[in-house]
Amino acid sequence: MNTRREVTVGIGGAAGDGLDKTGDTIAKTCSRLGLYLNAYNSYQSVIRGGHIWLRVRISEQKIYSHGDHLNVLIALNQDAIERHAREVASGGAIIYNSDKLKVDPVLIGDNVLTAPMPVAELIKPMGKLPAIMQNTVSMGAMLYLLNLEFEMAAEVLADTFKHKGDAVVEQNVNIARAGYDYAKEKFVPLGYEWDFTRVRRPFVTGNECFAIGAVAAGCKFYSAYPMTPASSILHWMANHGAKCGVLVKQCEDELSVVNMAIGAGHAGVRAMCGTSGGGFALMTEAIGMAGMIEAPVVVIAVQRGGPSTGIPTKTEQADLNQVYGASQGDYPRVIIAPTDTTDCYFTAVEAHNLADKYQLPVTIISDLLLSEHPETVEADAFHHDVPIERGEIISEWPDGEKGQFKRYAFTRSGISPRALPGTAGGMYVAATDEHDEEGVVISDVFTAPPVRRKIQEKRMRKMEAVLGELQPPQLEGPADAELTLVGWGSTKGVIHEAITMLAEQGISANHLQIKYLHPFHTKEVSEILGKCKRTICVEVNFTGQFARHLRAETGYSVNDLVLKYDGEPFEPHHIVEEVRAIIEGKPRSTDVSLDEAREIAYHYIRVHLADKVRPANLEQVDGDDERMWLVELAGRESGEKEGELRIGVETGSVYSWEPKKVLSAGAGSD
Amino acid sequence: MAAVIELPISTYESVVDPDWCPGCGDFGVLRALEIAAGKLGIQPKDLMVVSGIGCSSNLPGFIHTYGVHSLHGRAVAVASGIKLANHGLKVVITGGDGDGYGIGIGHFIHAMRRNLDLTYIVMNNQIYGLTTGQASPTTMKEMRTKSTPQGNLESPINPVALALVSGATYVSRGYSGENKHLADLIAGAIEHHGFSLVDVFSPCVTYNKVNTYEFFRKRVYKLEGEDGYDTANGEVALQRSFEWGDRIPIGVFYRDVQPTYDDSEPALHNGPLVQQQMGMSKELFDELMEEFM
Ligand SMILES: Cc1ncc(C[n+]2csc(CCOP(=O)(O)OP(=O)(O)O)c2C)c(N)n1
Ligand code: SF4
Ligand SMILES: [Mg+2]
Repeated sequence: MNTRREVTVGIGGAAGDGLDKTGDTIAKTCSRLGLYLNAYNSYQSVIRGGHIWLRVRISEQKIYSHGDHLNVLIALNQDAIERHAREVASGGAIIYNSDKLKVDPVLIGDNVLTAPMPVAELIKPMGKLPAIMQNTVSMGAMLYLLNLEFEMAAEVLADTFKHKGDAVVEQNVNIARAGYDYAKEKFVPLGYEWDFTRVRRPFVTGNECFAIGAVAAGCKFYSAYPMTPASSILHWMANHGAKCGVLVKQCEDELSVVNMAIGAGHAGVRAMCGTSGGGFALMTEAIGMAGMIEAPVVVIAVQRGGPSTGIPTKTEQADLNQVYGASQGDYPRVIIAPTDTTDCYFTAVEAHNLADKYQLPVTIISDLLLSEHPETVEADAFHHDVPIERGEIISEWPDGEKGQFKRYAFTRSGISPRALPGTAGGMYVAATDEHDEEGVVISDVFTAPPVRRKIQEKRMRKMEAVLGELQPPQLEGPADAELTLVGWGSTKGVIHEAITMLAEQGISANHLQIKYLHPFHTKEVSEILGKCKRTICVEVNFTGQFARHLRAETGYSVNDLVLKYDGEPFEPHHIVEEVRAIIEGKPRSTDVSLDEAREIAYHYIRVHLADKVRPANLEQVDGDDERMWLVELAGRESGEKEGELRIGVETGSVYSWEPKKVLSAGAGSD
Repeated sequence: MAAVIELPISTYESVVDPDWCPGCGDFGVLRALEIAAGKLGIQPKDLMVVSGIGCSSNLPGFIHTYGVHSLHGRAVAVASGIKLANHGLKVVITGGDGDGYGIGIGHFIHAMRRNLDLTYIVMNNQIYGLTTGQASPTTMKEMRTKSTPQGNLESPINPVALALVSGATYVSRGYSGENKHLADLIAGAIEHHGFSLVDVFSPCVTYNKVNTYEFFRKRVYKLEGEDGYDTANGEVALQRSFEWGDRIPIGVFYRDVQPTYDDSEPALHNGPLVQQQMGMSKELFDELMEEFM
């Protein structure tokens, strides 16, 4: 076998199984060895019980997504085996606690090592220990199977547990060692070879980057109301606020969140707030206020699956219309969609600078994938001494001599110098009603159409200068490619990898990723797209919101769409398969695939059949209204047929559950 | 403490004349605020007046200080942000009953619970003035308004009682027709360290034909004039807050000194946020990055 230099490890279990800690230890170990990582946690519930599925892709090379594969499964409960064992690729392994769990051979593919760990026996010498220690045993075995360095893991465990004392550190290291040694005795390693550079790189999430980038930029005020997947910004800020000089305010609702941030921004402090789609909906009126009173504020909108409360712990890019359409009226604002984890750091910096210089609201639109998945970034990716550009602020105003301060002076640039509250002589009122240069309201008793026209033009003029400052997007890859994949925000990495895979299959594609959504580089983007042969817009939503926005800004319609809206992020192969189908002229099928039929069956089994059976054989048969997936259900213990489920191929509806008693004798558990 | 140098009310005179209807109660509130600020010697640059939307919320435009005329219902939140960013400013919120007790009631309650050092003056005319006379959260039951032609079906909010149970540390009620008394209440509220409410009967002469000057003149009496009224006694204050009918009390119902949010917030211990150093040292940056390795 060739030496292998990239692996994806999946850890599956219930919330509360301590899976995050194990994942963290694995990640830190590999990262400190100088490997690159990209992880994704498809969690379902933040509380105890829900299925958690963490995948960590580890490579010697820089990687851009969590990839397509699964090589090693660490199963912490039976459900993880049920759901993921069959995904393990040939040459991989399944590590599990054999005291509690079983791997039914029907669930695994060819050439997959099953690595049962007799956890109780292994840890018996170390005294009575909590159940969570099965994770550490399995991790030890994994280190051996993947030819990773045990000492580094021991160092990470020592750092993790040092606050609990030497005894705890030693215990954890010993337990990991027991797993490692047992694997060494029983199994053959999977054939991985690594070149450990030991370059230390941060392993961070986008949300952490937003927070630290903002602090570096001088943000002093962060307000939020808890909402997944933005909450980790709040948590980071709350934990580090005192050290970093940031006032962190959890508010009563998002109305308060954004209005407080705007108040703080108006008073001269760099202020930021974060939320997801539902909270952003409540913020919109105030974002328009910030545009009107020309107050700087940065709002981070982290998208999750919608509509409505939607799928809180799943990803999507379907809030673009909302962010773009936020608030009544025309007002100056900036919308930025950072394209990768490193970019989150610098986007936070840039957002604060733009907000201050141009005195307007800046919305950063992210999504669950970008905000929450951790990855290694380059060692020198970030630096502390970022530019802090505050724009024009006066230090005093000789009231008597120059007359009333013109807060909204009709300047050529559109930028009117600010007087921060407290500045001698600069008193004025910042009104959400339309006003003149001095801030005097012209909305009601004294209306003045030309003044209104001029102030509206003044405010909007700022957008020209903003656009001039933003880096136009660039086409990456061969200029004469047959295809151009267009994406926005977080999909940059996965599109990049899909393009590499397409090239391997003889399909040449290039890539246009858009970061600045508003103001929009209409001229540059039109020029680029005008030269493209065939364009496909890749988006994580149902309607192709960006493609529509692109059409509005440029008049250009993309040729095709690749869309995903099942809550899971794109993996490179999804894009490759759809692109190939498009080239081959096959319309995208929304039929339920075999894998999906199995997932639907698992869902049904969990809800109605208490996880007692599993889908065994699946085949398509004719039905009354539509074709059906006929799913045979087998007992998880007995392996015997317990009943059948019919799932519509077209609609995905679960038509019928036929308990065994109908088919033969005995009772189902529905 | 440095001696207070009182300022004339002309200090706060705006270039803009109020556009309220002649006789509107809000004139008296504006005047009382100017008197109070002058008496406390607050420089216009150090006073921040924040409002929402409504006739009453137009007030910041009519006083020469810093001001924000924010959104309907959001004045308290905006003011909270300003105060936390620069607690060196005196922050006074001015608004209406619809603004504060209707659409913005959430912020009102939570600001009291936080005991932020803010002064909140509500020009309570028991009607929506600016939108031409619909029922408000303090409109009396059965009153006919544009939106309740058959009579209002809902009971009014009792702002004083609400403030008392929500943690406000200075709870008072004034009457726009008693200007000097009102100025004293406002001065007391601004001086008070903590959240202070001044609920003001401020008649809308155009749309509220029930709760008129005549109505209040006959009914209001001052708690201060009463022997032995103890503003430290919350229970009695709560009892008195329910007095409504032939006699309606005005004055300070309750006053207490508690740590304010701004006192307790560690980020403010080194002075106002707006004056603090921006950016990050290399040492701090390295320390933060180390957590990710
Ligand atoms: C979100 C929103 N909803 C409604 C309005 C319309 N509106 C403006 S003022 C007002 C009511 C004002 O009543 P109040 O606060 O009591 O002030 P008053 O005019 O009586 O002084 C309403 C409903 C608005 N500006 N914004
Ligand atoms: S409508 Fe009523 S509240 Fe508004 S200005 Fe006239 S009198 Fe005052
Ligand atoms: Mg009113």
